[in-house]
Amino acid sequence: MKRFLPLLVLLVGVAMVVNTLLPHKQKSEFDLEGFGKLPVLVNGRIKPLDTVARTTLLTIQSRQRVSDPAISQPFASSPTEWLATVCFEPAKANSFPTFRIDSPELLSLMGITEDDTRIKYDSSAKRFMAILGFLPSTRARFSFDQFRPKLDELERQARLADEVDSAARNKFQKAVLTLYSNLITYQKLQYSLVLPESPDFLYELMQFQENLVKAVAAAKAREAGQPYDEAVLKAISESRNRFETLAQQGSLLAIPPRDPSKPEAWQKTGQSLVDVFHTGSIAPAALTYAGLSYTWRNNSPAEFNEIVRLYRNELVKRFAPQLTKSDTEDRFNAAEPFYTSIYLFVMAFFCGVFSWLLWPETLRKSGFYLIALAWVLTTIGIVTRMWIGGYAPVTNLYSSALGVCWVAVTLCIVLEMIFKNAIGTVAAGTMGFITLIIAHHLSLSGDTMEMMRAVLDSNFWLSTHVVTITIGYGATFLAGFLAIIYVFRGVFTRSLDKPTADALNRMVYGIVCFATLFSLVGTILGGIWADQSWGRFWGWDPKENGALIIVIWNALILHCRWGGLVKARGLMALAVFGNIVTAWSWFGVNMLGVGLHSYGFMDAAFWWLLLFVISQLLVIGIALVPLEKWRSLKTA
Amino acid sequence: MREFINSLKRFFVSLQLTVALLALSIVLVFVATIDQVHLGIWAVQEEYFRSFVAYWRIPIGDTFKLVVPLPGGYLVGGLLFFNLIAAHVHRFKFTWKKSGIFLTHFGLIFLLIGELLSGLWQEDFQMRLDEGQTSNFSESPRLNELALIDATDPKYDDVVAIPEALLQKGQAIQHPSLPFRINIRAYHPNASLQMRSQVQNPPPALATQGLGADIAVTPQEMTYKPNERNLPAAAIELVGTNGSLGTWIVSLMIGEAQTFTHEGKTWRLVMRGERFYKNFALSLLKFSHDRYAGTEIPKNFSSRVRLKTDDGKTDREALIYMNNPLRFDGLTFYQAGFENNDRTTILQVVRNPGRALPYVACILMSLGLVIQFGISLTAFINKHSVAEKAA
Repeated sequence: MKRFLPLLVLLVGVAMVVNTLLPHKQKSEFDLEGFGKLPVLVNGRIKPLDTVARTTLLTIQSRQRVSDPAISQPFASSPTEWLATVCFEPAKANSFPTFRIDSPELLSLMGITEDDTRIKYDSSAKRFMAILGFLPSTRARFSFDQFRPKLDELERQARLADEVDSAARNKFQKAVLTLYSNLITYQKLQYSLVLPESPDFLYELMQFQENLVKAVAAAKAREAGQPYDEAVLKAISESRNRFETLAQQGSLLAIPPRDPSKPEAWQKTGQSLVDVFHTGSIAPAALTYAGLSYTWRNNSPAEFNEIVRLYRNELVKRFAPQLTKSDTEDRFNAAEPFYTSIYLFVMAFFCGVFSWLLWPETLRKSGFYLIALAWVLTTIGIVTRMWIGGYAPVTNLYSSALGVCWVAVTLCIVLEMIFKNAIGTVAAGTMGFITLIIAHHLSLSGDTMEMMRAVLDSNFWLSTHVVTITIGYGATFLAGFLAIIYVFRGVFTRSLDKPTADALNRMVYGIVCFATLFSLVGTILGGIWADQSWGRFWGWDPKENGALIIVIWNALILHCRWGGLVKARGLMALAVFGNIVTAWSWFGVNMLGVGLHSYGFMDAAFWWLLLFVISQLLVIGIALVPLEKWRSLKTA
Repeated sequence: MREFINSLKRFFVSLQLTVALLALSIVLVFVATIDQVHLGIWAVQEEYFRSFVAYWRIPIGDTFKLVVPLPGGYLVGGLLFFNLIAAHVHRFKFTWKKSGIFLTHFGLIFLLIGELLSGLWQEDFQMRLDEGQTSNFSESPRLNELALIDATDPKYDDVVAIPEALLQKGQAIQHPSLPFRINIRAYHPNASLQMRSQVQNPPPALATQGLGADIAVTPQEMTYKPNERNLPAAAIELVGTNGSLGTWIVSLMIGEAQTFTHEGKTWRLVMRGERFYKNFALSLLKFSHDRYAGTEIPKNFSSRVRLKTDDGKTDREALIYMNNPLRFDGLTFYQAGFENNDRTTILQVVRNPGRALPYVACILMSLGLVIQFGISLTAFINKHSVAEKAA
């Protein structure tokens, strides 16, 4: 049995992965999967509606599920169903709790009392769990309807907060502006496919088409001084006003271009309807969305599904390559390879750690197989993102977290293949888990596949400078984490025997060498890119300085070791400090809010960074405990 | 004495000194990064990197500042340089096993020299061109000058340019080409100008001549933000052989030159960005700016320019865009920005005689590290496989 355990574990992992790839049975009679695959152009990129739904939900409420803790059934079975409800049945969607508020001052401003936030569970078991803290006891998400009476006040506060310099805003002002911008995002979505206040938009469009012919005749008659149908002209001008509102308020470019020579000239629904005054006919896509809205509201799934199918068939004729990409993206969204990898990393971590206590070979192998599987999964995920976005692997903070994860795990696999002592597995499990959690939090700011601004729009430099720097980050972190393993095992357990200690010593030294090479080359490549695009090799910009500090720190570690200034323990302490240096360069400098590289400004993460720095200083403190107090070195 | 020299020698070649200097340089770079929030990127470079001693002023409360002296860039860099060379001369015997280390450090020497040279010699200017406009000079984005132009002859101008630094000193200025002496009555490194009629209780007018008589000058705090510029202003009195000609207000906010006549000659007086003239001219033929569909995110911007030298030997078109500058006559023109509804391009003009050095350094250092770690890795793998076989 023990012999087959590693394979069994691998099989469970593979089953988990395969399960995410299989198409799931739809919970709704409506073909929501087909609807979610329909392409729209947003932020310069054609993407499926499914992506729009997911990124919007992540932005406004920090998660993709639409539910309330006290109600067992979610309000929408999938992000796409939520989007369809927002667009086609806005009144219903307005009652879903989809706006996250953490600030107590903002809650009271929006008229939300403690009664609203407290969760009353039906079952006593759940109440008990809530007391223990396993279930939330207060709500953090609220519905548009709940805010409705206070919208004017929110707008006034937002205007006040907007006048304050962004760096000087306090927590309340930031929360006000976030909620305000989330509400605008939400409202723009409601106006993106059909006019939400129209009781029957399909009928309105058909009426408009009919009136248009009559109106042309009426206008001609009026010009010729003959009697004309005044009511028709009035109706047509009213329609125009309504369409202009739709054009102003909507955000998605949902109507594909008619002219095949301009593949990027997608339009908002409203704009395409305003243009009917020039083109003479309503775009089929606009009628499609009106039809979808009609069938959704009248609960006729068969017709809804048929419209989705017909529209797709029409699109395939002209946009086959774009559809292949957006379909892949939809599949990729549903599979969530990075979330699955998080589970695999955690499982591997435990296999690795327990292998130091019992069944060394069996558990070590099991953990290693899981790491290898997670590595395959993250690799496929990163490659898919590259193919969809058309850029080098690392383009923003989010993808740099994926990059650091990948680099660290790859190096760990190599280490594990050489040393076979589960240290690589444990390090990979920890770092994979942490970096992917960081990535998840970075994804809350919106679509992670962005178009690159002019100066960054160079795949050559993105794939040389940025990738090498990311490898440098990943390797420096890995050296630090290996050092933590050394310190913890040495101080707190008896498991750090001589061979393990020697192996770790060599691993850390090797990885520091590797990190020095890549951070140095990456930094210099960055200088050359800067010379090519800004005219100076080095400008002492915060991000450049951050990278430089990593290089110098790694060089310092190497010189200390070569000069015999430190032994194993000193090397470990220095390597742990490398974690602080790298975290500073990766996130800290962005928080200063100055410089050319301030592309990912985030202040919420400041406290996490501080916590991380303190934790690393603590580890260094532990490493400095006199050697005779280390449990592994005490003679029993 | 001999003992002292020996211990000095040991100190300068020691690896301990290297490590200490590396640690100091980390502290310096870190503090300089943090202080950019207060000082801005240019002041930080002067204060921390192009100095022997840097003073870190930590504001505590509103008035008190704690001053922490740190070794500056020239001191740390210079000592590192000295330590590096001394250690190599004293200790280093070339072996193939150490060839990588040798190459890396050799590259580092190039890198340090390169940074020193660009610190000393690099010049940074900007050129603004409207579509259709031709220009043969660029202006400094930070440094300013007071220009006194003898415009009597319509065919050419005779210009005397006085750097702002001299105005700041406040001493009287005399120049052989000027028939008058310049007294600096007032100088503010950053000031706003308003019409006196729009200011309540304006201070007494400083100027007696030109536009300045109607203008109130209000000193402002210096700005260090990267996207803001200090707008200096000064009250200038010109004194000829027969006494004062009057006092003028000059400021970067007054773009137009103020004209006056003296001893039958027409003079113009203006404060402007420090100018750098070239013996060729650029004309902007077309500026293009593409955005991603349905967004305001710039996809690219580019300037099609025509380059023409005064001697007529060069006359060609060039396209300048992001990551693709125009290099000519030791100068490099980069696409830096645009304004005026996409009709004006802003080109960054840089002269850096040391710009090839980092490239050489880069190749040497990378190669050195690859060789060195390659040697160690092969040795490790050999040892490891032997150990595995033995086990």
